[in-house]
Amino acid sequence: MKLHIRGGRVVDPASGRDAVGDLYLADGRIAEAPAGRADRVIEAKGLVVAPGFIDLSARLREPGYEYKATLESEMDAAVAGGVTSLACPPDTDPPLDEPGLVDMLRRRAKALTRARLYPVGALTVKLKGEALTEMAELAESGCVAFSQANAPLGDTQVLWRALQYAATFRLPVWLRAEDLWLAKGGVAHDGEIATRLGLPGIPAFAETIALGTILELVRATGARVHVCRLSSAAGVELMRRAKQAGLPVTCDVGIHHVHLCDLDIGYFDSHCRLEPPLRSARDRDALARALVDGTADCLCSDHTPVDEDGKNLPFAEAEPGATGLELLLPLALKWGEASGLALAATLARITSEPARILGVASGRLAVGAPADVTVFDPGAAQRLTAASLKSQGKNTPFLGYELAGRVRYTIVAGNVVYEA
Amino acid sequence: MQRNPQLNANGELQHLLSIEGLPREVLTRILDTAESFAGVTEREVKTVPLLRGKSVFNLFFEPSTRTRTTFEIAAKRLSADVINLNIALSSQTKGESLLDTVANLSAMHADIFVVRHGSSGAPYLIARHVKPHEHVINAGDGRHAHPTQGLLDLFTIRHYRKDFSRLTAAIVGDVLHSRVARSLIHGLTTLGAPEVRVIGPQTLMPAGVESLGVRVFHDMRAGLKDCDVVVMLRLQNERMGGPLLPSAQEFFKHYGLTAEKLALARPDAIVMHPGPMNRGVEIDSTVADGPHSVILPQVTFGIAVRMAVMSMIAGN
Repeated sequence: MKLHIRGGRVVDPASGRDAVGDLYLADGRIAEAPAGRADRVIEAKGLVVAPGFIDLSARLREPGYEYKATLESEMDAAVAGGVTSLACPPDTDPPLDEPGLVDMLRRRAKALTRARLYPVGALTVKLKGEALTEMAELAESGCVAFSQANAPLGDTQVLWRALQYAATFRLPVWLRAEDLWLAKGGVAHDGEIATRLGLPGIPAFAETIALGTILELVRATGARVHVCRLSSAAGVELMRRAKQAGLPVTCDVGIHHVHLCDLDIGYFDSHCRLEPPLRSARDRDALARALVDGTADCLCSDHTPVDEDGKNLPFAEAEPGATGLELLLPLALKWGEASGLALAATLARITSEPARILGVASGRLAVGAPADVTVFDPGAAQRLTAASLKSQGKNTPFLGYELAGRVRYTIVAGNVVYEA
Repeated sequence: MQRNPQLNANGELQHLLSIEGLPREVLTRILDTAESFAGVTEREVKTVPLLRGKSVFNLFFEPSTRTRTTFEIAAKRLSADVINLNIALSSQTKGESLLDTVANLSAMHADIFVVRHGSSGAPYLIARHVKPHEHVINAGDGRHAHPTQGLLDLFTIRHYRKDFSRLTAAIVGDVLHSRVARSLIHGLTTLGAPEVRVIGPQTLMPAGVESLGVRVFHDMRAGLKDCDVVVMLRLQNERMGGPLLPSAQEFFKHYGLTAEKLALARPDAIVMHPGPMNRGVEIDSTVADGPHSVILPQVTFGIAVRMAVMSMIAGN
């Protein structure tokens, strides 16, 4: 299969290329100029041709939560959002703590031939934070990293040992920084808004205290740690210093946290019930800036489909999370524009940067790289409605928003898996 | 940001969910209306026909005696039909969702839902899903709001003090968990009280409470000085011996209201309590039953205030 994408604005953050031109794909890879006729020509005039997006956190809800979403519905959502690779956290039911489960999930995903799936294995058995999983074995069956997802790990002895063990096999560990005890029972950022609304709070120092612990353990063990969903200005500061000190750490922020803050909860809008909680406007601005200056490495959707029953509840009882795969591009563009960034710099946060953290060859348009490409119209705005979402989760605080950035073609391994 | 969900497009009261965000004129109108009903309760024939033919559903997901009963009396005096539902013992324990429960009751033709719920914001969720002719009154949600209690507190203060513009009021105790405190603070600041104080240990103060427009005191004696109004909050026993407070004895020693501490307030200060009281924990019996106490009149005023709210929201 040979593909010729003609006359688009080719933006490759990894190489800095940003020019109108052609892109050729052959045998599942980015190719040199044509050797013979293309099987298909895609006219991309006026469109952006970029590496397929890479999302470090998308919950597909299989196995165990098929009533919320299925692999099929969420893989549809992924490619509709231009996402060609995604990492899924281990908080399924049962959690991804056994090679058999991981194997099955990868087979199911492969059979769907949409986005590439990179499972993140459970760091501890059943995510209980007590016993280590067979990480080396899980890595062999395809786990790219190990994590507790949003499950707390309160026992620092276990965390220490887990990092030592992961470091032994050079396996990356992805962790949310949240102190179990300080966050217990909380549902919103501990501040003026939570006080007004009478919602139990999670203080920002629940993040910094946990982050301090993680960073010290990284120092002690040499484990490679990626911190997921940073949420506070103080957390950004700690990450900045850790990176300056040369620790092997990276971090991401969620698409909601660079745009929204606790004020957006309004009158108890359960769509804003997220993990970590939306913090103050100051925290939001610090996160958006951290993503500009590179303190935060990449942006992820933290895609979490929740059914209507899970959201039609009083705020504190509502299930946390928001659908995100189809919002990754529009919200990245919105952030990039507000930050005054060039398009390539914006796209780096959802292509080359997450590729570096995942350790994959995609996320760039160099010859020989996997032919994962997303072609989108950056100017096309559309009103976000439940009906416009392919994801089974219609839960997003952005319902009703007019958002620019519409995916036209998604190509994985040289095959067009989505077009609109 | 959405429009304040308790006001309709004309700025009239559609639901009563919180005192926060209610304009001063609306508050004053509720208090004035309550004033006119206060007389009704003294009469031989205690009913007026303002809610004749209407159904009031008391929907209590948390136990309550005082609030539920005064709502019931208020509704009956307005000639409404009252249906009491003790949800804690029925459908919720069978797994029915909050909105399903409400939809079922709505099918039985409700006009007013009086809702108490343990989760902050639950009445907002209900208000978003009821039919346009149905009204929701928040009878206490989580730590968030208890607007009719706040209104009856304001009514009581106005009854004894007339003028809010020279008032110093102190709210003492467990502000962190108190919906009563939040509602009263919003009411007092809206009506122009120049100094609202909250008194208690740091463990019982919510984050950034100053942003509500109050002064924080950790020393009760300093906080009571020259107060016109002292509002004692109920302190639930299950808070004792945990990470918030060591013991009832120590709490009472520092934050319990005694005659000796009350003497620091103005000589004509009034003492209020939303009930139910824990004598010897937050308030000494000599004060609770003493000449400064207006705790029982508060309960009586509660009926007139709830009549006012229901008639303004759904009156014929």
